[in-house]
Amino acid sequence: MRASARVQANVRRTLVSAGAAAAAAALLLTGCSSDPADSSERGGRSGGKDGTTTLTVGVFGAFGLQEAGLYDEYTAQNPGIRIEQTSIERNENYYPQLLTHLGTGSGLADIQAVEVNNIAEITATQADKLVDLGKAPGVDRAAYLPWKWAQGTASAAKGGATVGLGTDIGPQGICYRKDLFEAAGLPTDRTAVGALWADDWNKYLEAGKAYKAKAGAGKAFVDSASGVMAAVTGSSAQRFYDEQGKVAYKTNPAVRGAFDLAASFATEGLSAKLQQFTPAWDQGFANGTFATVSCPAWMLGYIQDKAGPAGKDKWDVARAPKPGNWGGSFLVVPKAGKHAEEAAKLAAWLTAPAQQARLFEKRGSFPSASAAYRLPAVSGARHDYFGGAPIGEIFARAAEGVPVTVLGPKDLVIAQNLADIGMLQVDQKGRTPQEGWDAAVKAIDNALDQ
Amino acid sequence: MTDETAVLSPSPARTARKGEGEGRRQVWRSRRYRWDVRFGPYAFVAPFFLFFAAFGLFPLLYTGWAALHQVELTDPDSMTWVGLKNFTRLWDDEFFWNALRNTVTIGLLSTVPQLLIALGLAHLLNYRLRGSAFFRVAVLTPYATSVAAATLVFVLLFGRDYGMVNWALSGLGFGPVDWQNGPLASQVAVSTIVVWRWTGYNALIYLAAMQAVPAELYESAELDGASRWRQFLHVTVPSLRPTIFFTCVVSTIGATQLFGEPLLFNGGAAATGGSDHQFQTLGLYLYEQGWVNLHLGRASAIAWAMFLILLLIAGAARLLRGRGEAR
Repeated sequence: MRASARVQANVRRTLVSAGAAAAAAALLLTGCSSDPADSSERGGRSGGKDGTTTLTVGVFGAFGLQEAGLYDEYTAQNPGIRIEQTSIERNENYYPQLLTHLGTGSGLADIQAVEVNNIAEITATQADKLVDLGKAPGVDRAAYLPWKWAQGTASAAKGGATVGLGTDIGPQGICYRKDLFEAAGLPTDRTAVGALWADDWNKYLEAGKAYKAKAGAGKAFVDSASGVMAAVTGSSAQRFYDEQGKVAYKTNPAVRGAFDLAASFATEGLSAKLQQFTPAWDQGFANGTFATVSCPAWMLGYIQDKAGPAGKDKWDVARAPKPGNWGGSFLVVPKAGKHAEEAAKLAAWLTAPAQQARLFEKRGSFPSASAAYRLPAVSGARHDYFGGAPIGEIFARAAEGVPVTVLGPKDLVIAQNLADIGMLQVDQKGRTPQEGWDAAVKAIDNALDQ
Repeated sequence: MTDETAVLSPSPARTARKGEGEGRRQVWRSRRYRWDVRFGPYAFVAPFFLFFAAFGLFPLLYTGWAALHQVELTDPDSMTWVGLKNFTRLWDDEFFWNALRNTVTIGLLSTVPQLLIALGLAHLLNYRLRGSAFFRVAVLTPYATSVAAATLVFVLLFGRDYGMVNWALSGLGFGPVDWQNGPLASQVAVSTIVVWRWTGYNALIYLAAMQAVPAELYESAELDGASRWRQFLHVTVPSLRPTIFFTCVVSTIGATQLFGEPLLFNGGAAATGGSDHQFQTLGLYLYEQGWVNLHLGRASAIAWAMFLILLLIAGAARLLRGRGEAR
């Protein structure tokens, strides 16, 4: 699920895999056929001759459940169960296929993963095809963060079933380069750095201006303006939809405020003008092009990977101005599966606090079950690469402060266009914030029109 | 058909010598022979047509049907009839026209240099060369690489800050080019990937055609005192005309459907084709509508529009060619 992380993908982008090329070939003209090849081999395969039940789990990316050894542990405890996992590299390919399979009721795995950007659409349009896991045995509602639980639950009008159990989340911090901060005369201790911008995103901008005044030209404070926008919108309760489920981003001052604030990073010359999850962004980490980046828990591993051994002890992580969340995933159980009951049990077990803590320890996926924060594997966790920062404590604090966010089915499309059209035009093409906003609105209007 | 059956059916003289039952068997057998000859060929070609019906014709027709409906990928079973709305809205859809313009520009920027270079390469490869097999394989290697791998490397080469192309340009005294954001720059960059991948392939097709040109034509041209260049212009090119036409058609189809390169050239692999849609092709716009925005009906209409555009181009090419040959 660090990869689920990476999958924020949609809003952000993943590493590119060859999958897209295959999609390219499949697409042309024959447009909407979904690949028939793999639907046959999925689907709950019934018990073998020896009476074992085979449960299938469909995930995207390197989801981590298998890698952390959770399947092995479960099958050891439950001798009658076998678990098979199928994975599709990119959520962009995984999710449309999941929708078609849910639509036809075939080709489904017993458990399917859903990325947070898609969960609102799933609860709004597919809830009747999924098992209510809120009532499944072994599920303890109190163990989860309330906002995560709410995201996996359909609205009362749609039956109010909790169809998605939370796996990981992406509570945010600010990752920063100690050496660059020191050179610019800013504090380097993570508590002092967090205090620089405590409780106010505007202070983050002010810190950026102070940094630029000292560091001089060619040294950017943030990686990209849209990274800032994602972090700011991730910390506000209302985003693109109002409580009645209507698209309201145009009139929501929080969204426009986030857009304008992030745009100032571009217009003030504080941004490295990069696009996140592109090769150029990766090179930026390696070359120390920028001093800070808004980093959800899952991004630490990515930074370590891209900045390499040379960046060791240069990076550290401080609190974000406001607690926010970026990314995460859920597990759902389709009713069409042959072993829905067994699958619900497995899903409950996989997402229980103890297993989430294991996943954090092994894979760095931050638990959405707040009960896990008291377990030593989380509470005592420190990250060597980031100067031994107490990441368990920092991110748990952020996670518990995240507001219950109002999500909507087209969050992903709206966020994507605001970032990839609007903010990117301001950041990379030097358009004014108003021009960028207008371009984004036009693209979103077109995208939402059925 | 009658000739064959006459040859294959047993001679009447032999039948007369056999008994009644034997005769009936002979009639039966000869009938089977006839059926075999008449229907056998159809049975042999049937697999292709069955597969074509399942994976070519059915999706094509289904896409046409879906294009007349409002249908979302979240619930593909519920279709609402909207008639031609998905097509008529394309008239006012600035993103569609932008994509069409981009497709044409990128198509020209990639197809024209690609075929010209391929022709030149083929001409060079047609000389007696030491290790000609090596060179022939070498020109084909780009074709054998995957779009994804090739494009990723080109994204690095065309990087704004640390790309090799800009590094080379700065060595020549030019300022850095923002290959992602410049409208023309980004289209040139995408075209470069296409040219790189397909030139060798076309070169080999030309080469095969060149080797079929009778040597006597060159000999007599040489006797007439024609230079190599004149020979190329007046012997090679006219002999290659059908092949050139073929490669033009295939490249045009490829250019219309261009998808993987612009998708992956946008480093983040979003389907927008750049922040200003500056290199969003029709294929990419189709993908965005269908698989990002999840509007299957609208995507299907774009797919059919692309199909009709191809038919138009093919029709125009036929007309042109017909006129060219009549002259």
